[in-house]
Amino acid sequence: MAASRPASSRPASPWAGIARRAGRRLASSLPALLGVLVLTFLLMRVLPGDPAVFFASGPNAGKAEIEEVRRQMGLDRPVPEQLVRYLGDVATGHLGRSMTTGQPVLTDLRRRLPASLELTFTALAIALALAIPLGIAAALRPGSLVDHGVRFLCALGVCVPTFVSGLLLIYVFYYLLGLAPDPTGRIDVFAATPPDITGFLLVDFALVGDGEGWRNAASQLVLPALTMALFVLAPLARITRASMLAVLGSDFIRTARSLGLPPRRVVVTYALRNAILPVLTIAGIVFSTMLGANVLVEKVFSWPGVASYALDALLASDYAPVQGFVLLMASLFVLVNLTVDVLYGLADPRISVE
Amino acid sequence: MIHASPPAPPLLSIEDLRVAFATRAGTVEALRGVSLAVAPGESLGLVGESGSGKSVTAFAAARLLDRAGRITGGRIRFRGQDVTRLSAADLRDAQGSAQGSAIGMIFQNPRAALNPIRPVGLQLADVLRANGHSRAAARDKALAALEAVRIRDAARRLDAYPHELSGGMCQRVMIALALAAEPALLIADEPTTGLDVTTQKTVMDLVARLTAERGMALILITHDLGLAAQYCSRIAVMEAGRLVEEGAPGALFSSPRHPYTARLVAASPTPTSTLADLTPGAPPPPAPARPNPPAGTPALLEVQGIGKRYGDAAAVEDVSFAMREGESLGLVGESGSGKSTLSRLICRLIDPSAGEILFEGGSIGAIPARDFHRSPLRRAIQIVFQDPDGSLNPRFSAFDSIAHPVRRLTELRGEALRRRVIESAGRAGLGADLLGRFPHQLSGGQKARVGIARAVAVRPRLLVLDEPTAALDVSVQAGVLRLLDDLRREDGLAFLFVSHDLNVVRMMCERTVVLQAGRVVEAGDSRDLFQAPRTAYTRELLAAIPHFRPGAAREPAEPVA
Repeated sequence: MAASRPASSRPASPWAGIARRAGRRLASSLPALLGVLVLTFLLMRVLPGDPAVFFASGPNAGKAEIEEVRRQMGLDRPVPEQLVRYLGDVATGHLGRSMTTGQPVLTDLRRRLPASLELTFTALAIALALAIPLGIAAALRPGSLVDHGVRFLCALGVCVPTFVSGLLLIYVFYYLLGLAPDPTGRIDVFAATPPDITGFLLVDFALVGDGEGWRNAASQLVLPALTMALFVLAPLARITRASMLAVLGSDFIRTARSLGLPPRRVVVTYALRNAILPVLTIAGIVFSTMLGANVLVEKVFSWPGVASYALDALLASDYAPVQGFVLLMASLFVLVNLTVDVLYGLADPRISVE
Repeated sequence: MIHASPPAPPLLSIEDLRVAFATRAGTVEALRGVSLAVAPGESLGLVGESGSGKSVTAFAAARLLDRAGRITGGRIRFRGQDVTRLSAADLRDAQGSAQGSAIGMIFQNPRAALNPIRPVGLQLADVLRANGHSRAAARDKALAALEAVRIRDAARRLDAYPHELSGGMCQRVMIALALAAEPALLIADEPTTGLDVTTQKTVMDLVARLTAERGMALILITHDLGLAAQYCSRIAVMEAGRLVEEGAPGALFSSPRHPYTARLVAASPTPTSTLADLTPGAPPPPAPARPNPPAGTPALLEVQGIGKRYGDAAAVEDVSFAMREGESLGLVGESGSGKSTLSRLICRLIDPSAGEILFEGGSIGAIPARDFHRSPLRRAIQIVFQDPDGSLNPRFSAFDSIAHPVRRLTELRGEALRRRVIESAGRAGLGADLLGRFPHQLSGGQKARVGIARAVAVRPRLLVLDEPTAALDVSVQAGVLRLLDDLRREDGLAFLFVSHDLNVVRMMCERTVVLQAGRVVEAGDSRDLFQAPRTAYTRELLAAIPHFRPGAAREPAEPVA
């Protein structure tokens, strides 16, 4: 019912409603997380490949030795018992130990996650900074040269795989022009060790006030971030264009024009603020996908992120890191959705009222 | 409210204006040479049916034509200056910001016309700042603007969002926005369509008072002849992109010269018209003598103490009435009075929270709404929806739309089904040649007829009509009303007619139930109820209907004491 609500029945601030919704959303995602845990666990067990054989001393290890490794890893127990143990471990904060690196999975992930996050955040920021103006420009003049140009750029971004565009960027900016540094890792191998505060190099260098280190880290970051940004440019620009077109055709934009508001105000305050809602949703999805799907970019640029770590573990039939990675991704996905939800509540007052 | 217009140079003059729209099917001429003039302080009513070009004329004058529309000929002068080719911004500059915006506009559907995610106070401040007020002054001015449109508790409403306000309030905010730029001309495009009669009256009275106080000219665009007659000193009638007749409302409506005006006047319901007046032609067939049912026969429909609550709010509370076979009962009231909820309860689309619904003596209230489609009584109770557009599947042809319920609810298949669909369509006045068309290829009236054909195709006993003609032009409405009345007389169908148009209910229904805030305030024989309403609320509803017949039984604006 579109019945009117007196303003008095509105909560004093939108935050109360948002917090309530966020809490509900968080609680309802717990079963999904549990499901992800169990599913990954079972999937790893049915995949071909025996970790005990892989991690025994060598290809000519004796049967007894393999059995010994298997017993150490707890793989001789029945699967349900292994699952219960695993769930118990996860509940107490133990994600197991990686057989490849010899480190606890939690330590590995904690060390590598900031690299992935820094890359993804930067890529998303670049993508949004490009996609939103492009989408607006295309929507303001549909069918124009600008519109077609944006469409072409988006098609290009989607069609060219990241490992190709990444190599292309390296070829042009590192090999031909020499503008970009050696594309290996997050920091020049000869540079001073970065301070270890948050793990986000740009933040850490800024915190200690090391300008040169910051520039160094930033220049390492630009190419991989650009590669990823190009890949996700299309969905963001297209949804901005579609959403802006719809909003620009709506009654309240006509009202704003009839009232003689300055064009800038009409486009930004009236149209864009309404059109940004679907862009937020897509940005959340894009962010979650980028975190896991950027394994190719990480490989091309030798970026020490979580995705390449998980891929290596998977190839080695190393159960614990893969399970830890999937759990991490699922949790991040929940968090990202929650953030989008909260932003949505802030951007659209109709939602917190329900 | 009615200005004597002194001979003055026109504020706005439109000469031989031609506008064309580029569509997928080629160029469509929307205006074919329209000329009209508005003097300062004058109020002009622009009437006509949908597609007549009245809105396009206004949008062209206010430079709000959308991208596809183009002025192909003619001239628009504002204060003597040719503004035909100026953009909206140039127009404002040309007129100088000291004089404010040249033309202010208020629109149909006020809720959609406001930015949904911006507090109304800020929207007002945006306009004020665009007109040269400082940020600090804007808030005080915004408050004053809200008070000027009589919004109670204006200081708190400044922070309200449009969805927190009623439709009438949103329209007041829209008026405040349009007036904030201090225009010399206010164009109101169907400003009260979709609002209740009582809200319509308060909004229109407000517009009339404010334009008079500020010496503004007004162009009122409406399809409601009564509204135009009541609030305008001059009326221009438009048909198919041309202005066909112009004059003072009294003369124009009592002795129309142009045949189109005459048709329009004839089709408009008035407090005294009958269905036969609206539709020239043969008189309706006499009602078949309904034999008195033997004593002890249960009523066709009986509603006992029915209620529906949403949380703490009661939408319908303790409503009881009964309907005989073949009877027509009108359900009237303002929006929020619970008439739509009640009709949905009876159609068994939602479940009641209290009370009983009996159909021919058997309880149907206890069958959950989601299982009712399996009940054999689903066939007996059918519904015709308000929005002929939204209630048809856009991917279904007219034939499929009508055949769908027949397939679901009866055993007819193949040739028998086809015959039934064609027969029902024919009875609803829909030729067999139209049945292959999809909704977007049909006119509003034709879509309404598909909706009616679909409802009667399964031969129901009770037809619930939820504002079946609210979206239609008066001449189309007249035809549809006549059709419905004939169907009822021939088949002995019972009607539950939900409408906010009291004139229509009076013509269509033998008995009327008046609802207010979910409760019945008055019920009885339509003739008695409309001639001598017993409650103040019904009197208020009746007094709010705008009339245009000069010398009609009741003086239009006079409140009935």
